[in-house]
Amino acid sequence: MSMAQPLSRVDAFKRKGGDQQPRPSIWSLLPERLRLALPRTGWALVSIGLFACLWELLWAFGVADPRLLPPPHIFLGNFPEQLKFFNTARRWQIGVGQNSGPSPVEALFYTIASSAMRVLVGLLIASILSIAVGVAIRYFRLVDRLVLPTITLLSPVSPIAWLPVAIFVFGIGNAPAIFMVVIALFFHMVLSTVNQIDGVNKNLINVARTMGATKMQLYGRVIIPAILPGLLVVLRLNLFGAWMVVLVAESTGVGYGLGQVIMMARNTFNPSLVFFTIALIGLLGFLSDWLMRLIQRRILYWVPQTTEVLNGL
Amino acid sequence: MASETPAETSTPGATAVACRGVGKVWAEGTARAHEALRDIDLDIAPGEFVAFLGPSGCGKSTLLYLIAGLEQATDGEIQSFGKAAASPSPDRSLIFQETSLFPWLTVWQNVSFGLSIRGDGLDQRKSVAREALQRVGLAEAMDKRPDELSGGMRQRVAVARALAMRPKVLLMDEPFAALDVQTRQKMQDFLIDVWRESGASVLFVTHHIDEAVALADRVVVFTARPGRIKTIVPVDLPRPRNLFSRECVALRLQLTDLLRDEVDRAFAEQEALAETV
Repeated sequence: MSMAQPLSRVDAFKRKGGDQQPRPSIWSLLPERLRLALPRTGWALVSIGLFACLWELLWAFGVADPRLLPPPHIFLGNFPEQLKFFNTARRWQIGVGQNSGPSPVEALFYTIASSAMRVLVGLLIASILSIAVGVAIRYFRLVDRLVLPTITLLSPVSPIAWLPVAIFVFGIGNAPAIFMVVIALFFHMVLSTVNQIDGVNKNLINVARTMGATKMQLYGRVIIPAILPGLLVVLRLNLFGAWMVVLVAESTGVGYGLGQVIMMARNTFNPSLVFFTIALIGLLGFLSDWLMRLIQRRILYWVPQTTEVLNGL
Repeated sequence: MASETPAETSTPGATAVACRGVGKVWAEGTARAHEALRDIDLDIAPGEFVAFLGPSGCGKSTLLYLIAGLEQATDGEIQSFGKAAASPSPDRSLIFQETSLFPWLTVWQNVSFGLSIRGDGLDQRKSVAREALQRVGLAEAMDKRPDELSGGMRQRVAVARALAMRPKVLLMDEPFAALDVQTRQKMQDFLIDVWRESGASVLFVTHHIDEAVALADRVVVFTARPGRIKTIVPVDLPRPRNLFSRECVALRLQLTDLLRDEVDRAFAEQEALAETV
């Protein structure tokens, strides 16, 4: 956007009134995107800052014991010290010492990447599988009758209950963690896919039918695009679920990753490391949600944004 | 009240829509079963404009869906140009009350949806879409998205989409009901132009007496549930019609009387039903 952009209404009003010198503020020179994003980011920082301040105050007044609840300036203060512990990736290899192997920053990156990769791959597999099964349930009567009851039965089972199964079947490594994500999301997402299909506007289906669409075309051209917005919302909601499950899977000795760091921090009584990792996980969850929102906006350009209506209330 | 139907005089293959003893029971064989339509005998000539008028819930929209082939009649038979209308066909396009445009497609992609279902090439699709949109006066909006259009424009796109399939019968289910009065007026004029140009038969469901009088060659008045044909009122007046001319006022009064009886009956029935429950 260039300087030629028309002035905002407020600016135009000021200009007309003439009671003030017309001075274009620095604010209006910023690109519109940034102008809208900055206040939101600012509020986010204030929100986090308030929380941190409260914690620091509690520490300052001696309410929060720094050995149990170390405040942010303690657990965020010493990066190199904290990063030493992220070297879990090579810890399990025989003949490798504590101080050899990758540098602390590399280890951090390695740990984050492996956890994030498990979340991502698990989400991808779960969404492809569940959309396929959900569509098949509505497409084929027989699949509906044979599969839906079992899925409905299994969907309330907590993913934690599947953890032993994951270890029995897949042992240790990436596979059980990914399996856990898939199993945690699959059943819900199948049910929600079926639900979304049932909620597709009848008119859209009837239009396609009068145009002579086959069943295949009806599903491919109308039903799938129509359920995509709802499915992406479900996927976004389940993103946090995926992060939780991955941490649980990792903490029970599935291998390395952020969950492993937390478990090690617990075993070595290191609250500072626990909070450091929690902060890291929060940041990662936030980033992946933001990424998902970007994707959502890119794929679902036609879905109207209703936030503004709610803001007006 | 018997009114002459052209069926006796014309050959069956030349009738745009022929209904013979058509009845429809929803949820037949269950406790929720209720009869929507009974004994519908109706013939619609090619190029004729027929309005279906009746109290709400009388089954006039149901008849439209049966003719479209989207629902199956439980009694009788419906034919279109000599062929059974048991399944949907591009020859019989349906236009809905609410917008039924695909929100993820642009205007021209919406209009050419039927052609892409058929497997036509891009150039063909685009040129047909452009032509159809020109006919409804929206050639400028080719690349817009449905949510960027007003309600009236969206219905015009829906009409263009139906026209792109070159239908022989245009089925319209209260297409202008959601529009404001001024837009509705404009859309009626527009529909008459489109109808004249396309040469298709139009079946137009409405509960607005004025709309029926302004548009139709014949007005089919339905009884309250189960819907039967109460009478068919021909409107032999040149278009555009002045709704305040003596003939039109007489017709409007006549239809108002006919409809009032049915609305009263529908209300009485609902009250009786409420008492038994």
